[in-house]
Amino acid sequence: MKLPIYLDYQATTPMDQRVLEAMLPYFTETFGNAASRNHIFGWKAEEVVGEAREQIASIIGASGKEIVFTSGATESDNLAIQGVAEFYKSKGNHIITASTEHKAVLDTCHYLEQKGYQITFLDVDKYGCVDLQQLEDAITDKTILVSIMAANNEIGTIHPIKEIGAITRAKGVLFHCDATQGIGKMPIDVDEMNIDLLSMTAHKIYGPKGIGALYARRKKPRVRLSPIIHGGGHERGMRSGTLNVSGIVGFAKAVEICQAEMVSEEERLIYLRDRLHKSLTDKLDYVFLNGHPTKRLPGNLNVSFAYVEGESLIMGINEIAVSSGSACTSASLEPSYVLRALGVGDDLAHSSIRFGIGRFTTVEEIDYTAEKMISTVSRLREMSPLYEMVCEGTDLSTVSWTSH
Amino acid sequence: MAYSDKVVDHYNAPRNVGSFGKEEENIGTGLVGAPECGDVMKLQIKVENEQIVDAKFKTFGCGSAIASSSLATEWLKGKSIDEALTIKNTDIVEELSLPPVKIHCSVLAEDAIRSAIKNYQDRSKGTSE
Ligand SMILES: Cc1ncc(COP(=O)(O)O)c(C=O)c1O
Repeated sequence: MKLPIYLDYQATTPMDQRVLEAMLPYFTETFGNAASRNHIFGWKAEEVVGEAREQIASIIGASGKEIVFTSGATESDNLAIQGVAEFYKSKGNHIITASTEHKAVLDTCHYLEQKGYQITFLDVDKYGCVDLQQLEDAITDKTILVSIMAANNEIGTIHPIKEIGAITRAKGVLFHCDATQGIGKMPIDVDEMNIDLLSMTAHKIYGPKGIGALYARRKKPRVRLSPIIHGGGHERGMRSGTLNVSGIVGFAKAVEICQAEMVSEEERLIYLRDRLHKSLTDKLDYVFLNGHPTKRLPGNLNVSFAYVEGESLIMGINEIAVSSGSACTSASLEPSYVLRALGVGDDLAHSSIRFGIGRFTTVEEIDYTAEKMISTVSRLREMSPLYEMVCEGTDLSTVSWTSH
Repeated sequence: MAYSDKVVDHYNAPRNVGSFGKEEENIGTGLVGAPECGDVMKLQIKVENEQIVDAKFKTFGCGSAIASSSLATEWLKGKSIDEALTIKNTDIVEELSLPPVKIHCSVLAEDAIRSAIKNYQDRSKGTSE
């Protein structure tokens, strides 16, 4: 086993060697511009992009014509939301999303709010799920779009996408799904789930960074988008810019591998995740799971180790790469807004650790991590005035703290 | 974020972790911060003839908060009450090379020192009456 151990697969993933190999010829040999119509270099690039498009579309049951290549899921989210908002503004100005969405969705909605759009940010329950009735009730005759993610990047909670799609379809409202974390980890079918727009990115599925896609439905209904990037009219005018051919090839290869391995990989990841969770809860008290107990990404374990602060915990396990919802580890100095939305107290948000388990994680790494976590949490609790007080029977909520 | 060597050292080998027994006398306890803010420090001093003869701490917080309070206990030992009151958060910042985002940890440590001393003074007044 090699140190450091990478357990942050929801942040990004290493590229699969097979993806790298598939990409290599497209830097120096087949390097043409897919928009060059006059020579073999261009034709070859166009051909391989066409094949890749079909491959990528197939993982969501779509057709290649419905794929718009972007630089990643942030851009896909922006294009979906801003593109619909602009194109359909004569129809309505109301968008519905959830408070736990990725910033790429939330900040785009905030931007539109400043431009005069009405945004509903739905609350979530303690597991991070939106309430279907609330969602349905929020739809008005001004609503043009509902944007709900497939699976949450922090807590791993999987939304009832099919049920949401049934509601939006019945109401005649477009449905955008940020499926960045769900692709390759759960079955997604845009027809069965009535998804009209869907964001994805290659770097979360062992592909390269800087390439993503937006699926935009072509029929029943045909989704129209105003572009946010203007230029040569690539991607049917929806996204100008020379195509990143090597990235697209890598993205398609990454998709192909996920399709072939998803079922066995899911089983393996759940085994590793549950093994880690069990080791931690067997040996430590006051460990709380964040997110849904079963409807969650197979490779995500988010837990709070009460009475221990997240950054100090990460410092103690410095050869294991994980992330925390603690304010001290974020640029904003605020604890995770996702955990807050779940109603997890700020104290527990500060104590949260996200373990992201993936394709190259081994049992050995999981066991090492569990051991290291247990010894570090125990050591820090020995130093924690809160743990001491709780062990002495003090109810922390009755203490008058001096906030600063 | 990269930590200074001194922060790492205090984190790995914190000085004077613990609590004084409830029955012990001449103890002053400061409890500052809040769990929701991500840091709580408990700092205790043991005083004999206006001299701090021992100090202990327990901290819930990031590595810099742990280091700030650990350092504070080191500095407090052997100081008179008056000398202890001259310890400034900026001294801690300098000694530990804390970056700007961690200055609040040193402020909290200074608060803890003052609050422990005040608690000691309040309590000794209480017993002499
Ligand atoms: C749910 C979700 N949406 C969007 C993004 C942004 O993706 P990208 O890094 O490809 O822009 C991420 C990843 O950071 C994510 O987890």
